[in-house]
Amino acid sequence: MTLKRTLENIENQFETFQILNEEGEIVNEDFMPDLSDEDLKEMMRRMVYTRILDQRSIALNRQGRLGFYAPTAGQEASQLGSQFALEKADFILPGYRDVPQLIWHGLPLYQAFLFSRGHFKGNQMPEGVNAVSPQIIIGAQITQTAGVGLGYKKRGENAVAITYTGDGGASQGDFYEGINFAGAFGAQAIFVVQNNRFAISVPVEKQSAAQTIAQKAVAAGIEGIQVDGMDVLAVYAATKDARERAVNGEGPTLIETLTYRYGPHTMAGDDPTRYRTEDQDNEWEKKDPIVRFRKFLEAKGLWSEEEENELIEKTKEEIKAAIKEADNTPKQTVTDLIGIMHDELPSNLQEQLEEYKEKESK
Amino acid sequence: MAQMTMIQAITDAMRTELKNDENVLIFGEDVGQNGGVFRATEGLQQEFGEDRVFDTPLAESGIGGMSIGLALTGFRPVPEIQFFGFVYETMDAISGQMARYRYRSGGTRPMPITVRSPFGGGVHTPELHADSLEGLMAQQPGLRVVIPSNPYDAKGLLISSIRNNDPVIFLEHMKLYRSFREEVPEEEYTVELDKAAVKREGTDVTLVAYGAMVHSCLKAAEELEKDGVSAEVIDLRTVAPVDYETILESVKKTNRAVVVQEAQKQAGIASAVVSEIQEKAILHLEAPVLRVAAPDTVYAFTQAEEVWLPNHNTIVEKVNDVMNF
Repeated sequence: MTLKRTLENIENQFETFQILNEEGEIVNEDFMPDLSDEDLKEMMRRMVYTRILDQRSIALNRQGRLGFYAPTAGQEASQLGSQFALEKADFILPGYRDVPQLIWHGLPLYQAFLFSRGHFKGNQMPEGVNAVSPQIIIGAQITQTAGVGLGYKKRGENAVAITYTGDGGASQGDFYEGINFAGAFGAQAIFVVQNNRFAISVPVEKQSAAQTIAQKAVAAGIEGIQVDGMDVLAVYAATKDARERAVNGEGPTLIETLTYRYGPHTMAGDDPTRYRTEDQDNEWEKKDPIVRFRKFLEAKGLWSEEEENELIEKTKEEIKAAIKEADNTPKQTVTDLIGIMHDELPSNLQEQLEEYKEKESK
Repeated sequence: MAQMTMIQAITDAMRTELKNDENVLIFGEDVGQNGGVFRATEGLQQEFGEDRVFDTPLAESGIGGMSIGLALTGFRPVPEIQFFGFVYETMDAISGQMARYRYRSGGTRPMPITVRSPFGGGVHTPELHADSLEGLMAQQPGLRVVIPSNPYDAKGLLISSIRNNDPVIFLEHMKLYRSFREEVPEEEYTVELDKAAVKREGTDVTLVAYGAMVHSCLKAAEELEKDGVSAEVIDLRTVAPVDYETILESVKKTNRAVVVQEAQKQAGIASAVVSEIQEKAILHLEAPVLRVAAPDTVYAFTQAEEVWLPNHNTIVEKVNDVMNF
């Protein structure tokens, strides 16, 4: 006689949710979201814009015109499909690769560039943009998301907190504490894990014995779903569903999106050839979110090459203008830093403020 | 006026602010129905409801992170860390996150959080309950660290801390919780943060301390008086930032100083105070500024703690060294 085993039963229940296959065909008509043609085109525009922004950001970084940058190509469907399901009132707590969601939530592009350049103005969300700047400590944003989601619940807001991390982030203690707190308090929260298969160089297989990250929701007593993260419609539908349940008091959701980052971890010297094979890269590029969505839209007669080229040119112009605006922003000073760290300047800093005013006036 | 112990004064401060501001939330491990392991939140859940005063899962990092999220939605969280030795579990939330959020957000996201926690030696706790970790907190820019030494200050300082728009680490010495009572007004009042108090005036030597050591200094001062030494005793009350103005004014009068802390000697508040005195007042000094502190080890297990902890005798010895220099 053996004791009852449950792990296999649980893991078997986490199938990958998909709406659009690699050929751009709808394979799951029942869950096709109710989006207008204009909405569908807008999703495509955002993905193309973000891909171009990624390419330009990499180039600008190489020219020394941008600072810290974490490439996003490959993850557009995960990032933008989920953001597209949000309302303005929803609060984003991003990881450092999640600048595109901030831009589409209302952060002006020149400020995203200032963030990259290490200027505090890059972190100032405009009034009414509910978000914080990208988190550097892996997982720290997850417990904070439980707090924002609980705050919204206490205030009776029709809004959710949404956070993003990667497969590595799902190994952090704060991940478990965050989803557990959110479950215990019924926080209006969504936790998106973009499983791009590598935490810098460590493959997801080495992160955990769990077959899926989505199944980790079970231990926290919350809903979990694994989604094809290269399928913008599936990511949108899963996030929309999670959002509705959260604001209806049905609890938080963990969403695992299966995706891939084509580029390096960041532009600070990471070399993916040390830990990935070309075959693996090619295999994932076949699943590309933009290629598949383009096929889908073209089949519906909603998209053309000319339209895309026009969009690309317009995007490049916008990027150029935003860089110029970032260039025109006066450099951050130590005096700025001392001035904004506290509500009221403590006595020790009063003296130091005078010292740096003097230094920086020269 | 009522006679209150320090823990009653702390409860009274929280009750006052729960009444004053609907954004104040109190939470932590066992703070709800149970009223906290020291009864600091006794009766508050019953009075204000579970929406305002509530238990959390047992995870300090989660408590810290959730406090930040609640602050982001406009609340004024007052989380409790059950014993301050457990703070290591939530160091990122405190030092890596809440202390930096206002700056990180370009001044747009305040963190009006007051983290309350018991600490301090002499009450025979297991390991990692009694450690004096205020130096660790004081080294983190963006945090205020407040340590009351008596019931009156505890109430006024806690109200000021809760009303402050930046994070405050509010450390409550366990030995002082119920060691004495004093007159504490039942109505609301504040004690200003960042300001030290002269607890006893003197002319020959300045004793600088905080928390339970203030009482050891006062006892030492009484003994010294018998030998004809007049000691001034300063209670820092806020240890980050330190009110150097009050200290320097006193040292310029007495020309001698001994700085006292319960923590181990290395890299603490006392070292910072000594540095500032020698930078700003060296020509006023008749003798080196000495420190009274515990040895540079981790906090002693129960059997050795009475010897490990500084006391009024070690303070008297140091003062004699300074007087006879």
